[in-house]
Amino acid sequence: MRSRIFPLIVTFVVFVALYLIGFQRFPAFGTTRVIANFLTDKSFLGIAAVGMTFVIISGGIDLSVGSVIAFTGVLCALLIGELGMHPLAAFGIALVIGAAFGAAMGAVIHYFKIPAFIVTLAGMFLARGGAFVLSQESIPIEHPFFAQISDIYYVFPDRGRLTVIAVLFLIVLLVGILLAHYTRFGRNVYGLGGNSTAALLLGVPVGRTTIMVYMLSSLLATLAGVVYTLYTRSGYPRATIGLELDAIAAVVIGGTLLTGGVGYIAGTFIGVMIQGVIQTYINFDGTLNSWWTKIAIGMLLFFFIALQKFLTNYRGNFGLSRKRAVAPAGD
Amino acid sequence: MVDTKTAFEKAPAPRGFSVARLLRANRKLLFPLAAFLLILLGNWLISPNFFNVRLVEGRLLGSLVDIFNRGAPTVLLAIGMTLVIATKGIDLSVGAVIAICGAVAAVLISETELSPVVVIIISLGAGLLCGLWNGVLVAVFDIQPFIATLILMVVGRGIAQLITEGQIAVFNNPTLEFIGKGVVLGLPFPILLSAFVFILVLVFVRRTAIGLLIESVGSNDRASYYAGIDARAIKLLVYVISGLCAAVAGLIITADIKGADANNAGLWLELDAVLAVVIGGTLLSGGRFYLGLSVIGALIIQSIQTGIFVSGLPPTFNLIVQALVILAILFLQSDDFRRPFARLFQRLRRHS
Repeated sequence: MRSRIFPLIVTFVVFVALYLIGFQRFPAFGTTRVIANFLTDKSFLGIAAVGMTFVIISGGIDLSVGSVIAFTGVLCALLIGELGMHPLAAFGIALVIGAAFGAAMGAVIHYFKIPAFIVTLAGMFLARGGAFVLSQESIPIEHPFFAQISDIYYVFPDRGRLTVIAVLFLIVLLVGILLAHYTRFGRNVYGLGGNSTAALLLGVPVGRTTIMVYMLSSLLATLAGVVYTLYTRSGYPRATIGLELDAIAAVVIGGTLLTGGVGYIAGTFIGVMIQGVIQTYINFDGTLNSWWTKIAIGMLLFFFIALQKFLTNYRGNFGLSRKRAVAPAGD
Repeated sequence: MVDTKTAFEKAPAPRGFSVARLLRANRKLLFPLAAFLLILLGNWLISPNFFNVRLVEGRLLGSLVDIFNRGAPTVLLAIGMTLVIATKGIDLSVGAVIAICGAVAAVLISETELSPVVVIIISLGAGLLCGLWNGVLVAVFDIQPFIATLILMVVGRGIAQLITEGQIAVFNNPTLEFIGKGVVLGLPFPILLSAFVFILVLVFVRRTAIGLLIESVGSNDRASYYAGIDARAIKLLVYVISGLCAAVAGLIITADIKGADANNAGLWLELDAVLAVVIGGTLLSGGRFYLGLSVIGALIIQSIQTGIFVSGLPPTFNLIVQALVILAILFLQSDDFRRPFARLFQRLRRHS
């Protein structure tokens, strides 16, 4: 049991170390302004990453989230700008479409036994293509609702602002943790990722769980799109290209096993915050190319995958005796 | 091995020529080829002068030539990707490798005095290194291929950005430009280059045991290992080949636009390559592979894109059409999708 938490501890130590490095170089790291900005700037990534955590724990992957965010943004911008809808109505429509999209991907994965990454790759094409068909360029959104939302925030003593979207991120995080650890659905997801055959034999509704997992992921990606729209006040079809990779990186850095069955939503939160720290450091530094963020995240991703490999190979799969531990590789 | 040989000798010698037998023997070939011809035919219906090829100033021009020319990078990627997928792997980093190799070539040619040949060799070397990195992660660290290559996919564009220092590196060098724009015997050079790489790889895998070993590792790497095949070396090899193919594709793309765009060069091409291989009938679960059919798959994708272009539909439909095509093909390959239809067909036959 302890070895299962070990990657999470490593993640936390890495986060603290990076934060302290930043704090030592730029004392502003200690202010709530910077910390609150972590939450705001990374809110859409964090919301999408929570959904991704469920998918990866279930033993799958969802490559479509970045495109779903862009599609949501363009759709909302059009519904609000062209059709004169109230933003809340537009968001509602987008969320319904997003959930249906995810459910469809889950159904294809389950019923036709096509690998998840190829189905969600097609989903990524579809959503991105849909965004391009709706609009080729960035559509600004001008609606009083957006100004109202950005005027609501909680001010910390040293003028850090806890925005609505940051609070939304924290709520999603909390609901995610409850869903994963205190509901039947959550247990089914862990069971499915641990060993889908055993889960089926134990009476886990494999089909329904698979469909719900992808539905949840797309729903959260759409919500991330809504947040992104609130954040940028525009819809842009080329937005968030490659965000799925950042989300996967956050999940893996957060200690979730890529083979499924093991992982924590809380770990994903730390994974997202690590990316926030790295990005803020590079922004503060000013001389470093912003692409160093990607490189640093890639290196961390590599480090944590290597760590996972080491632990699975030498500690018998995080203390779990699973099929792979008995008959390794090549089955 | 002895058994198969005797079985081979016992098989009755084919008598005469039969179209039906030829079709049955090459059933795998039929579907992609028919699809390719169908799409070309569709293009011809949309624009009647689609098949016209003219000779202008010693250079062949026409939509058909254009498909082969524009499709060259995808063809090259598909060749490497076929071998990777045959070992049950996948290489998602090829788009990023294109960006890296293009950046290396563009920066070296514009900022140093190196001769173009040396620059090309260094750029290919960069592709080889990228392939080696993927190969080591997959073969030695035993990381799932799509995750292992995801790392380079994330980092690769960052590395390319660092090489070009965030600019679009432009250059002026006739030798390097020749790779993208040159004409030999009336044909654009990218066509000849991709044909050359195709023949080279085909001979390499099919005239030696390598192809068989790749298929063996893809079907069952553990059994192959026990049978004395160095599964690790084979996996390493296919990723290196894929990296090299991506490097050549990167050189073509860079030479064609006379510059390296780290953000957009090769963007989403990895998906085209995977799609091409899947259309060609190589299964994602590894094993048997069909190099020639992957090339046809790549040409199918290019002709769809050209078709969208000549039909006047905005190119924004590219992504959606490609996604629908890939889904349709995956459905056709899925036994669980075909089973109800097969059952229905059987029942109808029984009734009649």
